[in-house]
Amino acid sequence: MSPVLADVLQVTALVVALVLAHRPLGDYMAAVYTSPRHLRAERWIYRAIGADPDAEMRWTAYLRGVLAFSFAGVLLLYAMTRLQDLLPLSLGFAPIPPDQAFNTAVSFVTNTNWQSYSGEAAMGHLVQAGGLAVQNFVSAAVGMAVAVAFVRGFVRFRTGGIGNFWADLVRGTVRILLPLSLVFAVVLVALGVIQNFSDGQTVQTVTGATQHLPGGPVASQEVIKELGTNGGGFYNANSAHPFENPDGISNLLEIFLLMLIPSALPRTFGRMVGSLRQGHAIVGAMAVIWLAGVVAVTVVEHQAPGAASQLAGGGMEGKEQRFGVGASSLFAVSTTMTSTGAVNAFHDSFQGLSGGVLIFGMVLGEVAPGGVGSGLYGMLIMAVIAVFLAGLMVGRTPEYLGKKIGTREIKLAASAILVTPALVLIGTGLAMALPDGERAMTNIGPHGFSEVLYAYASAANNNGSAFAGLGANTEFFNTSLGIAMLLGRFLPMVLVLALAGSLAEQRRVPETAGTLHTHKPLFTGLLVASTVVVAGLTFFPALSLGPLAEGLAA
Amino acid sequence: MTTSAPPRHDSAPTPAPRRGAADGGRVARGAFDPRLLLASLPAALRKLHPRTMLASPVMFVVEVGSVLTTALACADPGDWFGWTIAAWLWATVLFANLAEAVAEGRGRAQAASLRRARTDTVARRLTGDGHAERVPGTELRVGDLVVCEAGDTVPGDGDVVEGVASVDESAITGESAPVIRESGGDRSAVTGGTRVLSDRIVVRVTTRPGETFLDRMISLVEGASRQKTPNEIALGILLASLTIVFLLVVVTLQPFAVYAGAEQSTIVLTALLVCLIPTTIGALLSAIGIAGMDRLVQRNVLATSGRAVEAAGDVTTLLLDKTGTITYGDRQAAAFLPAPGVGVDELATAAQLSSLADETPEGRSVVALATGAYGRRVRTRDGLGDADFVPFTAQTRMSGVDTGGRRVRKGAVSAVTGWVTEQGGTVPSAVLGAVERISADGGTPLLVADGPCVLGVVHLKDVVKEGIAERFAQLRAMGIRTVMITGDNARTAKAIAAEAGVDDFLAEATPEDKMALIRREQAGGRLVAMTGDGTNDAPALAQADVGVAMNTGTSAAKEAGNMVDLDSDPTKLIDIVRIGKQLLITRGALTTFSLANDIAKYFAIIPAMFAVAHPGLDRLNVMALSSPESAILSAVIFNALIIVALVPLALRGVGYRPLGADRMLRRNLAIYGVGGLVAPFVGIKLIDLLLSSLPGIG
Repeated sequence: MSPVLADVLQVTALVVALVLAHRPLGDYMAAVYTSPRHLRAERWIYRAIGADPDAEMRWTAYLRGVLAFSFAGVLLLYAMTRLQDLLPLSLGFAPIPPDQAFNTAVSFVTNTNWQSYSGEAAMGHLVQAGGLAVQNFVSAAVGMAVAVAFVRGFVRFRTGGIGNFWADLVRGTVRILLPLSLVFAVVLVALGVIQNFSDGQTVQTVTGATQHLPGGPVASQEVIKELGTNGGGFYNANSAHPFENPDGISNLLEIFLLMLIPSALPRTFGRMVGSLRQGHAIVGAMAVIWLAGVVAVTVVEHQAPGAASQLAGGGMEGKEQRFGVGASSLFAVSTTMTSTGAVNAFHDSFQGLSGGVLIFGMVLGEVAPGGVGSGLYGMLIMAVIAVFLAGLMVGRTPEYLGKKIGTREIKLAASAILVTPALVLIGTGLAMALPDGERAMTNIGPHGFSEVLYAYASAANNNGSAFAGLGANTEFFNTSLGIAMLLGRFLPMVLVLALAGSLAEQRRVPETAGTLHTHKPLFTGLLVASTVVVAGLTFFPALSLGPLAEGLAA
Repeated sequence: MTTSAPPRHDSAPTPAPRRGAADGGRVARGAFDPRLLLASLPAALRKLHPRTMLASPVMFVVEVGSVLTTALACADPGDWFGWTIAAWLWATVLFANLAEAVAEGRGRAQAASLRRARTDTVARRLTGDGHAERVPGTELRVGDLVVCEAGDTVPGDGDVVEGVASVDESAITGESAPVIRESGGDRSAVTGGTRVLSDRIVVRVTTRPGETFLDRMISLVEGASRQKTPNEIALGILLASLTIVFLLVVVTLQPFAVYAGAEQSTIVLTALLVCLIPTTIGALLSAIGIAGMDRLVQRNVLATSGRAVEAAGDVTTLLLDKTGTITYGDRQAAAFLPAPGVGVDELATAAQLSSLADETPEGRSVVALATGAYGRRVRTRDGLGDADFVPFTAQTRMSGVDTGGRRVRKGAVSAVTGWVTEQGGTVPSAVLGAVERISADGGTPLLVADGPCVLGVVHLKDVVKEGIAERFAQLRAMGIRTVMITGDNARTAKAIAAEAGVDDFLAEATPEDKMALIRREQAGGRLVAMTGDGTNDAPALAQADVGVAMNTGTSAAKEAGNMVDLDSDPTKLIDIVRIGKQLLITRGALTTFSLANDIAKYFAIIPAMFAVAHPGLDRLNVMALSSPESAILSAVIFNALIIVALVPLALRGVGYRPLGADRMLRRNLAIYGVGGLVAPFVGIKLIDLLLSSLPGIG
């Protein structure tokens, strides 16, 4: 089979699987978030935390819930990593230093999972499974809750309430993430991913040296790492490690898992707003951008220059032999565009232009299809902006899904799309202006700059993958990237929830023949164009000095 | 004659063809005159004041950039590049101000012509004992009674409380035909600045000096009271946040550039910033708004706020009065139905003869029908010799003629029946059947009799205006529902509604019904536009999102609405909606154009900045611009000139055709999105070619 055919078949298989899952999962999630019933287990949780799951919250109350819950999560993780040596199952690892503990706590609570440590060499089993993995679930559930609350803003009329945060949080975890994780963890184990509580085994290598192979509850963490678009691997090598990702089939399954919920949420959205075609328009825009990225990176990687690359059928430096160019490219684009940040190859070793596509995928704001929840609300914010620009051109003041996009709405939406570009640019600018940036690079020239740009793009957009070359475990990077993650996660959430509140209070604007149709291919095209142009205009100069300078030099 | 309409004595402006705008009578023409640019230069320069500039954050940033580059150029006087950039940045700011000044200038020309009408008048105020004292118009207070006689200028807005007069309102409406103003009823309002042509009226002043309708008009067209509309504010916020993004892009670019070994001068960075921020739309935004109001004024419509114009674009329900809007104001003869044994020609001739003395529109329409469709010979009153004419009066409700022993009458069914019975005749049952049928269909039957003998029936009916059904179809395509308001019964209303193609109708409408309808529509989230002239329309006008009062209407109606149509033409509501939409489309189109422009500018500037450090980036120089300096300069010059090039478009508004939303969007995206993408590639290349041919550059 030619490599091209293999790549095409692989992408096709993935798309078919996602399309098949789209409808049942999307509908199921809509039912979960709109159902008036509570499971018994959920009632116990509500009773334990003292929450009334049926109380409608205004956006401010909802936001307080999000922030309080997340802040508590940061504190808990910080404490656990700082006091690791006192906890059971620590495997004898030392406490994590303060700046790294802060960075790690923020990283997992913000669904970023940037790791400035080596998982298997720094974290004990309790911290991994009881701290980090728990956040893998709940941070994802928080993202979905905010997205659902935002959708309620469109669905509801003349009300202050946008749902109940505790109910959304618990349901997302109990009814969506846990069951899916359970099923797919078993599948992963069946495919060869390890799952144990051993402290590893020492083996004799072929050359006669001894090597320690750390073990642990990998499969259970692997599944939520992908499913919750977290990306924080058990091992430092992440999904390139054979214990996390043994072969091509598990690789494809992991890509499927990380795309699963983000690509099904638009269906949930369509179901909730009462027009499935509205959801199709959104997922269509996501798909177009994602597919373009996959094609671009795969083509560039296959055409990597140099005799060695040509013989290998593409740039194989930094890629696993068992995956090859196609599966690595597919994984790389999917992980950067879903805010997952898991990696099965060294992004640092990708061709210059490919690196540019990966960075671009993140600075789009993680919307194609983006993180769980954050992808949907990010894309909907872009839709609001696109409606505002184009809506005027049909001769009416802009409206989306029966809601007017007025001064207040545009103020919030414009601020929301301002946040992450500002964080990426300021962070990168600061790192480059101070000596810290250059000191941490392992490469020189434009590639070194790409490493820094990639780090801030990844942190601010809550992706979590790294260009790897950057030695980012310094006080400067741990702190500044931590701040970028925090602001990049919660500022947009504040604005999105405020927007939800503002929309929910509006009355419905009835649809007429003069209304801009937001469920048609034309709008999908417009949404793609707005997303790409806005991010493109913002990052073109930076990208030109990094990936473009490198890629075009050849 | 007609049973329904009261006798009409007013020739008050059934505003036939629109004037003013059409023949350029009062107001400046809509076309853009390049000379205006020069004339507006002083005003544009005055607007350079930073406090004025702050109103547009985008252009304020450009001004700051201009100051900065000028200062830097002063520090290095030999740097021709710095000077040139500085000059073009100033030009960019100036062009933006010019656009606004030109838009305002056109309003000022109109205000000047209005102001001529506001000469200082001397009023004759009635004192308590019935005497008239002469006081300056500026000393009048609300409630004062003033006397106006032929030749007087009405000293202030008010209502006629006594008398009837013909008034020349051309100063305000541009319409030279005088109108009748009389006490009581819906034609009692007079406007300050208009001139009484005949008779004597007593007017109760209703506004304070300086706040009259004319004063408001002047300040409106001058833009003195202009406030940003909600959508304009929202767009301004989006533009401001884009400006912040690009400011960040440019500020953070320097450390990246330093690392790349290609440190940039502040002048180049400023040039990049100005090219990136949405200057095109930022420069033209306020001009678009002013011009939108201006286009209304040219159609003789005054909007009290830009907000109302914007709302007009959003209108989803149009309430239209049947009479005068959908149908011609009067019922017209449509058919002659002869009695058994009577020839249709005989009936037509009799109807024609008997209507010669009926000067009402209905009477004239009978004559016209007889000589037109029924081919009767044209007869005049004089041509009948010593005939004895019986003119139509509201009391007899009949007209006719006695000639050569014949006594022919035509009139309301009850009146003619009585007349026939008096002479011993009877109305045949077949005729009564026809009468009933006509009434039931919403028409008005008239009987024609020759002595005791009934000759037949004339069928009068509402005639739907030509082309109105097509206009409603267009409105429907634009997503606007039309609702016909009529005092007719449901059956009549239904027939006319079907013929005119309106979406719905409200029959036997009372002002309360109208109000309830508006509330109902608004509760469903729809925006309602309506016209009205009577005092009892005032609450509905106030409730409607767009309330257009007729200038002939009462001052209560004019106060309540948010627009006044000086021509008192209810069909103009459709034009108003169109102008509102055009305003919004122009804004959206130029914003899209402005953003799309940036792509080409990057391809000009980025290679110019960094190709030395990273030669690979020269491959982005797809326009093959001659030198880095020329490339940056070309982008800056294009950025400035495109503002001037688009001023006419901003003032005129983009072309608008009533299409469905999808087609309209596709069309505008193709023109302004794709056009905005391509145009600067061409423009910058051309400017570069020009620059590189200059000695010393390139």
